[in-house]
Amino acid sequence: MTMIDCVENRLLTSRRGLLLGGASFAAWAYLPKFARAADGRDPRLVVVILRGALDGLATVAPLGDPDYAGLHGSIALTADGAHPAIMLDSFFALHPAMPEFARMYRDKHAAVIHAAATPYRDRSHFDGQDVLESGYAGPGRVQSGWLNRALETLPRGERVSSGLAVGPTTPLVPRGNAPTVGWAPVALPQADEDTAMRLVELYRHRDPALAMALSQGLRLDKAAGGDDMKPRGGNQAAQMRQVARGAAKLMAADDGPRIAALAFDGWDTHANEGGPVGRLAFLLGGLDGALAEFENGLGARWRDSVVVVVTEFGRTARINGTDGTDHGTGTIALLAGGAVKGGRIIADWPGLKLANLHEGRDLKPTTDLRSVVKGVLQDQFGLSDRVLAETVFPDSAAARPMKGLVA
Amino acid sequence: MARDSQAALVALNRFGLGARGGASGDLINAASDPRGFVKAELARPSGVLLEAPGLQSTPQLGQAVFAYQDQVRQAREAAKAAAPAETQAPPPVDQKPALRRNLSLNAAAEITGQMADAKPADMATKPETMQPARPAPQPLNVIQKTFRAEALARLQRATLAECGFTERLVVFWSNHFCISASKGELARVWAGAFEREAIRPHVLGRFADMLKAVEQHPAMLFFLDNQQSLGPDSRAGQNRKRGLNENLAREIMELHTLGVGGGYTQDDVTSLARIITGWTFAGRQGQLGPPGSFVFNANAHQPGSQILLGKTYDPAGLAQGEAALADIARHPSTANFIATKFVRHFVADDPPPSLVARLRDVFVRTDGDLKAMATALVDSDEAWKAPLTKMRSPYEFLVASGRLLARVPEDPSRYLNGLNLLGQPLWSPAGPNGFPDTNAAWAAPEGMKLRLDIAAQIGARLGSNIDPLDLLEFAAADAASIETRRTVERAESRQQALALLLMSPEMQRR
Repeated sequence: MTMIDCVENRLLTSRRGLLLGGASFAAWAYLPKFARAADGRDPRLVVVILRGALDGLATVAPLGDPDYAGLHGSIALTADGAHPAIMLDSFFALHPAMPEFARMYRDKHAAVIHAAATPYRDRSHFDGQDVLESGYAGPGRVQSGWLNRALETLPRGERVSSGLAVGPTTPLVPRGNAPTVGWAPVALPQADEDTAMRLVELYRHRDPALAMALSQGLRLDKAAGGDDMKPRGGNQAAQMRQVARGAAKLMAADDGPRIAALAFDGWDTHANEGGPVGRLAFLLGGLDGALAEFENGLGARWRDSVVVVVTEFGRTARINGTDGTDHGTGTIALLAGGAVKGGRIIADWPGLKLANLHEGRDLKPTTDLRSVVKGVLQDQFGLSDRVLAETVFPDSAAARPMKGLVA
Repeated sequence: MARDSQAALVALNRFGLGARGGASGDLINAASDPRGFVKAELARPSGVLLEAPGLQSTPQLGQAVFAYQDQVRQAREAAKAAAPAETQAPPPVDQKPALRRNLSLNAAAEITGQMADAKPADMATKPETMQPARPAPQPLNVIQKTFRAEALARLQRATLAECGFTERLVVFWSNHFCISASKGELARVWAGAFEREAIRPHVLGRFADMLKAVEQHPAMLFFLDNQQSLGPDSRAGQNRKRGLNENLAREIMELHTLGVGGGYTQDDVTSLARIITGWTFAGRQGQLGPPGSFVFNANAHQPGSQILLGKTYDPAGLAQGEAALADIARHPSTANFIATKFVRHFVADDPPPSLVARLRDVFVRTDGDLKAMATALVDSDEAWKAPLTKMRSPYEFLVASGRLLARVPEDPSRYLNGLNLLGQPLWSPAGPNGFPDTNAAWAAPEGMKLRLDIAAQIGARLGSNIDPLDLLEFAAADAASIETRRTVERAESRQQALALLLMSPEMQRR
């Protein structure tokens, strides 16, 4: 990124601010490194949103809970059989489609938070995602996400960095005033640079918002390029790995983004969810592969990295009439990365007795997901309690940052 | 005649699918009577229907898929039986269908596959190939053929329509009541028929009729799993030890009618799920009716009365659900939800409250007359005065480009591939809430970069035969900005000029 880019951006900023009625780009340069300057770390954070509400009880199964097998019925995991679940401790077992996560867990670089949820207690995906990504206590019309607001509070410095939004459309979590850049794998011959520059020039005079979007798209595409990034068609699991590979490559660069968000679709398993094999297993295999891609792609940076995997809510504890699960509440969050103080399952386990289920249907949430994310943000980037409680997750003082998630 | 090019842009771009190139003079017509130009299409309700040679009904298509699946199964069994005799078994004949069965695969892989299938010529004719393991290209199966034919019919209609307002309405409602073709083979083969049968006939009719048609369409029942949902106390539920799936019931209330926060509870969701048990489609055996047709399976229906939104619905079989839907369709929350979404789509991400209120009142007063609501939108001043700030969706962008270039598509591949790349694969949104409808979604950095790449491809392919300034006249005439005009004029080649024109704000915003 050159000086000219910065000037250009500031110029566009004010005009875009006018156009969008108050949305302004406060600054371009952020230096997350500041917070950890003392110990020489250069922390990275990846937020993975699983859209559709992951079945946490099917991913990290409480095999030790006497009610689990009955509730999850034909799709329940077991410790034996052809596809045994991977025991994480004497009570919880991991889905067999996730050997990479299991390895990270054994190496103490992965952790599970169970019976977690955002403050949202209804069952609409879209409101649930709004709460999860906006960081507000309820669904609203907020056009910024908690990750962007966290980015905005980081100290500014000489090193250019910004949030990275992965995929053809930008999720809410990295959206907001702080600059983000977007990237997705491409399969097209590229427009030549001269055409692109002429268009940027036209937009700059007529449509600053498009100028901003296009120049960022051009910049990012160049940075992530390379032959190994050509899509090979392939299935959803392969695509998850491919997206992770590209994002890791961008983040591994010295001046690459330190913070990224991406979303994987397809977790709304109302019917024929499958147990150790089947539809959910296929997706979990893709997620597992994506985590491994981050580990490989970040290379030496992995040591200081945390990947946070979250979803808008869970699914019913009891399977429905069609071997799937309907929209529920409590679920899991996963942490992976060299910086994670792992090898642990963090849960205040509520139990699966009918009386203990939320509304008689769902795993009762005992951990506020905001506490988990706040803990990671605090440990990785040094955000204060106050900033986390007021700016990043407004009105969330009661959900204290969870301590010690990062080594 | 008075000529208002700015209003013509609103007529053609905000309400329609953009001006057509060639000699059609759309912009001149729209400029002389902008409101009349838009409303002319509303006066021709039959023009919304889509009947093209070769397009089949949902039951016909269902039967074709069932037959195809039988064939695949037989081929697999035959291959399995033959396998032990050979030491080196060749790849099974049904390899492709077997892969495709796993339809958590997204549409990308499939469309890419179709495109590869579409140009197999040299591979097939070469006597020897360096890749002996690669199976010969196979003819398209019935699912691929149908999807492409349906896509083509829709694209041709969109390209040829005079204004395109009713086609925009079709796309709006089809996205509101979306299914996803990536759900499985039946959804893929039915995606086009669903729109033709459940959406188009009602786009200028009553909301309640569209709602009933949609929720009883096999494609929707399949997409949201209702064919699997059994009343726990029904005979089938008792026999098969299976029960409710509340997916369809929830999305009816959350996404199709009342809207989230529209005043329903989890108990209402469960009640509606029970009320619509038995709403299914006849399977391949055809025990309940012609295979692939909507049927009410009384054996699967939860017996007894149900309380929904405070009202008791007595047991009456199919009529129980139809009564419930009729009430939900005229609920005040529904009117508000629909009016808001409608104005957001056509006018602005933050819809003007006064306009929303007016359309909501029209919806209530006319008992959900969608033609009256569309007319009220066109008659409003807000819709003509609001600046053109909405981004065209990828579909609108590609269709508008095709119209301007006066290219009637003969093969849907490029469109399907383009939609796929731009994050709007045809009839395949990621969730039941459909594709997003805001600038934040479509003016994202990566999306803009990809649009430019596509525009450059179009420019390279078609630019040599066009006069870019003529096209600019067709697209915007004197409403084009000086900067756009200058950028197009000064391009270093016709190809580049075309790419820049297609990417200009006049073509991207509506």
